[in-house]
Amino acid sequence: MAAMFLALIDNVLSWMIFFPLIGAGVILLLPSSKSTWIKWTAVVATLPPLVWAVQLFMAFQRDFPGEQLKQFQFTEGPYTWIESFNISYFLGVDGISISMVLLTALISTIAVIASWTINRQLKAYMALFLLLDTGMMGVFCSLDFFLFYVFWEIMLLPMYFLIGIWGGPNKIYAAIKFFLYTLFGSVFMLLAMIFLYYKAGKTFNMVEMMEGAKGVAIGAQVLIWFAFYVGFAIKIPAFPFHTWLPDAHVEAPTAISVILAGVLLKMGTYGILRINYAMLPEATAMLAWVIALIGVINIVYGALCAMAQTDLKKLVAYSSISHMGYVMLGMASMTPQGINGAVLQMFNHGTITAMLFLLVGVVYDRAHHRQIDGFGGLANRVPVYTGMTALAFFASLGLPGLSGFVSEVLVFMGGFKTFPLYTIISATGIILTAAYLLWTMQRVFLGELNPKYETLTDMNGRELLMLVPLAIIVIVLGVWPMPVLDIISQSLNFLVTHVGDAAAAAGVAGH
Amino acid sequence: MDFSWINGALGWIPFLPLLGFSFNILLGKKLPERLVQGVAVGTISGSFALSLAGFFHLRSLEPAARSVTQTLWQWIGLEGYGLPPLDVQVAFTLDPLSSVMLLVVTGVGLLIHIYSIGYMKGDDGIWRFFAYLNLFSFAMLVLVLGESLLLMFVGWEGVGLCSYLLIGFWFKHLPNTTAGNKAFIVNRIGDFGFLIGMLLLFWGLSDVGHGTLSFAGIREHVHLLAGKELLGLGLLNWIGICLFVGATGKSAQIPLYVWLPDAMAGPTPVSALIHAATMVTAGVYMMARMSDLYVLAPIALITVATVGGITAVFSASIGLAQNDIKKVLAYSTVSQLGYMVLAIGTAAFSAGVFHLMTHAFFKACLFLGSGAVILSMHHEQDMRKMGGLAKVMPITFGTFLVSTIAIAGIPPLAGFFSKDEILWKVWEMGAAQPWYRFLWLLGLLGAILTAFYMFRLVAMTFLGENRADKHTREHLKEQPAVVTGPLVVLAILATIGGFVGVPHALGGANRFHQWLEPVIATMPAEHGHDSHGDAHAEGFALVPAAHAADDHGEGAHGGDGHRLPDEESPGHVAEDAAHAMDHEGSHDAHGHGHHPIDPMEYVLMVISVLAAAISGGSALYIYTKKPELPARIAERFRGLHHAIYNKYFVDEFYDATVVAGVMALMRFLARFDQVIIDGIVNGSAWLTRGAAVFSGWIDRVFVDGLVNGSAAICKDAGASLRRLQSGRIQTYAYAVVTGVLLLVVVGVLIGIPH
Repeated sequence: MAAMFLALIDNVLSWMIFFPLIGAGVILLLPSSKSTWIKWTAVVATLPPLVWAVQLFMAFQRDFPGEQLKQFQFTEGPYTWIESFNISYFLGVDGISISMVLLTALISTIAVIASWTINRQLKAYMALFLLLDTGMMGVFCSLDFFLFYVFWEIMLLPMYFLIGIWGGPNKIYAAIKFFLYTLFGSVFMLLAMIFLYYKAGKTFNMVEMMEGAKGVAIGAQVLIWFAFYVGFAIKIPAFPFHTWLPDAHVEAPTAISVILAGVLLKMGTYGILRINYAMLPEATAMLAWVIALIGVINIVYGALCAMAQTDLKKLVAYSSISHMGYVMLGMASMTPQGINGAVLQMFNHGTITAMLFLLVGVVYDRAHHRQIDGFGGLANRVPVYTGMTALAFFASLGLPGLSGFVSEVLVFMGGFKTFPLYTIISATGIILTAAYLLWTMQRVFLGELNPKYETLTDMNGRELLMLVPLAIIVIVLGVWPMPVLDIISQSLNFLVTHVGDAAAAAGVAGH
Repeated sequence: MDFSWINGALGWIPFLPLLGFSFNILLGKKLPERLVQGVAVGTISGSFALSLAGFFHLRSLEPAARSVTQTLWQWIGLEGYGLPPLDVQVAFTLDPLSSVMLLVVTGVGLLIHIYSIGYMKGDDGIWRFFAYLNLFSFAMLVLVLGESLLLMFVGWEGVGLCSYLLIGFWFKHLPNTTAGNKAFIVNRIGDFGFLIGMLLLFWGLSDVGHGTLSFAGIREHVHLLAGKELLGLGLLNWIGICLFVGATGKSAQIPLYVWLPDAMAGPTPVSALIHAATMVTAGVYMMARMSDLYVLAPIALITVATVGGITAVFSASIGLAQNDIKKVLAYSTVSQLGYMVLAIGTAAFSAGVFHLMTHAFFKACLFLGSGAVILSMHHEQDMRKMGGLAKVMPITFGTFLVSTIAIAGIPPLAGFFSKDEILWKVWEMGAAQPWYRFLWLLGLLGAILTAFYMFRLVAMTFLGENRADKHTREHLKEQPAVVTGPLVVLAILATIGGFVGVPHALGGANRFHQWLEPVIATMPAEHGHDSHGDAHAEGFALVPAAHAADDHGEGAHGGDGHRLPDEESPGHVAEDAAHAMDHEGSHDAHGHGHHPIDPMEYVLMVISVLAAAISGGSALYIYTKKPELPARIAERFRGLHHAIYNKYFVDEFYDATVVAGVMALMRFLARFDQVIIDGIVNGSAWLTRGAAVFSGWIDRVFVDGLVNGSAAICKDAGASLRRLQSGRIQTYAYAVVTGVLLLVVVGVLIGIPH
């Protein structure tokens, strides 16, 4: 039985990437009036990738010391794609990407359920959404840099339209801001990529490129390191490139916020690990302190800004900025604890923040506003919703026993070894986070019921269906994070040594 | 009876209440009240039974072997790359220290669960209430049993969560929820310290090759950190102080005690269980667990002791002037916790834990008694409207009086033994470190104040005439057995609970101390004779040697801590022998053997008992016979009374500094983010657009102008040149000839070679 479940189809990564695209094609052929068909097609297009992702997760070989290529599993290719530039179709996953693939598949499926209430131009919405899904999967599975870049850019387009057409009142501004800002970052990435392409002997093969930058003078390495960094930092988003995020979140429909915070932000930190760390290890060793410093700023600054917000979605958006800071601090520490904590935090933040945005959506669908002070006493009326929100809030503020704690404590642990002062400053984040979340809890849920909401209805079955699985994951990974830690640690430890070795060989002083 | 099966069942002690919680939180709302209560009480009873079994099992073992660990699964594990691996197990340890806490938590917890059946009767949210109580029990038991500092931290924050949930249990009333927020956030400030301490400890240990957070590992290796310095202070002192910051939050010490009085907003059983008997003692318990570290950290110790001593007096003084019955008890709790912390700071760990236990009995009884009073008074908490309740509520009054005598430290009730042991240890420490003499004085002063405010409370509540309105007065009545039953049990415990720790000076054997001895470190003897700074340098140099001597591989528990080598304290040989031979009976022989009784111990005992009796007596006299006197005194010392009555304005001070500071910073940064950071983004977008518009204009006017212009020129030129294309041959011929001629002329002029 288990064996049957584990029986993986061939080229599973390609299937995962393009299955949603096929779904999008089918949807385009359906008549716009058949909204139920369209929705179910979207479900059918996202569910198999989730099953495959779980299968992959289980079949992934955890204990795989050895050469770096073996760190990647389920590889496909390289098949020549554009011969003249030595571009190929090359896929594969290691521990870092497999956790992100699983997250993407999970969040995408949940986001489809969250899109159930979309009633305007549903056909176009779902088609674009599935295209977005393809782009995200592609980024995490690509082992060819050019392919990576193509998927990276493919995501932009549907995101732009999804915010710009189905968004809130100020959607055009938010969509354009998101689009241009990300594009601005991509330009730097493109230039740096081409530079590396030549230096690595005209190859886009990411595994080969890991050795390719070895001969590059450290000055040039630093320059392209920053070019990549800017491209990725915008996505994280890292201070001071973060202001597009609150706007995008406020305007985006719920499901898109979920995708944005749950998956898209992780691409920034994923990119830093996959590109900066792997391809420019010497510069990374030199400049890790920059990542750590920005991480600290993200944590504290994001938390303080979150505290000042009056819009629930903006608050969650700033809390995302704050929580992504932990990822940066952890990965900058170059310790097993820190870097494993960082990637675990990427996963945990993906699930927790998805819960938060879904929950905001639940109340927005009913109340049609998100002003924190516009509610009051909702716990009297909607206990299930209150309980679920409390769970998400406490997970977000790092309550031990829930998943966020494990990753945060690992980040602190690792961070403290390398950057004690930064870590101590960051640890004030646990106080600030508790303050703004509890304060919000009080203003929205506690006290006498605001008479305006006497008829508010509690969560329905569909809403529970999207939240309960996430809640279970948050609890289980809080007490038993080993399944994820196991799968990521081999690749991350390799990356830490890779950076360390390169730095030692080049005589680069670390921090 | 053989209880060794408990080895494999330790996990059930916390997990039973967790099951109860899960059941009630998911299903309780729809189920009958009886079932909800039954599940909650049933699960905690199960834990209590298992705790008893555990206690008896430990008793049947050799003292040195009294440590049982059940490892369930690996929680966090990382194989290091060059760095030490991290391995945190979900593992629970039963040893003498945790077994004492277990019995207190589950025993008192069970009584309070039962009491809550009566107290919370008819409340809409009773399912929630019992679910939270169960969840609290779970978290507290994880805290107690957790085998590593990190697992303890899970319970540590878990009890904080439950405290938050239960303080704000009646959430319709917004101030309750504000109190809950305050409790959680202030505790988080403490947790920040706890976390940093944990990180320092982990990396400190890993530097010496033993990176671990398990208590067994810490106990075994912490001495290796002696002598390490960080910013001019010993590393162990830093760790001790950081962990203590955590304790000031949870155990409500200065400067983080401010949440506890506000926490009285919760239902009274919660105040009794969480905010008096169990959770607030977690800080004391944690420091006792870390005794091996604290004995090596003299500066941390003296800091702890000083904060504890000052807190004891400071909050007792606030208790003098409060009129809310629960507020008085809350400040009393802060003050009593101060005693426990003072004991820890004196390295008298077992005395601290002893007081923790007796305090759990009498303070739980006092809180539950006040709850009974509040029920009778229709939720009136102001003592100025009470009085004379002794007549209508004899059982409540009786148990309350017993507990009051106990907390006042009058022999032979429980509080006397524990408090006097602390005071004596503090005094003793003063021989080497005169500062402790001052702390002893603070302790004595605190005891005097305690007796005063407690008897004031008794007089105002139970004696004299009733001052309530007519309606309330008519309905005054004793509470049912479900409420008074737990009171009686607790009063009995408050009466006899001290006998487990009768000191040698009074012919006892201090069996409590002996029970804890295997898990609690003792101060290296040298400490006393040096001046403070030197103690750090020299006194502790002995310790590694001690370890070498002790290191005979005792397995999981890593020996007996930091005893001196046998030759330096001959008593130990006899002691060990005594331990080995007789692990249940009296230890009189060895006790007297190496502890000659100092007559001073009797002197101090008499002083403190007399002082407390006089103080308590005068309170009784003043508040029954001369009720107008306090007002006169208050008038006389108006400034002082004003300050005490308003709790020294500490909350106001925090609001004006910390809270206002964070708020201002938050507003500034939010504005900065919007105006500056986003301003730059929008500004550059604006600039780009401006540039685009400008270049569009350039394009239109100049570039396109140029194009169009040149086109126009061409056109015009064409138009004029067209006239040349006349089609007349003669004109062309003229032109050809003229051209040739011109070429010839030019050629001649510039001299074309032939």
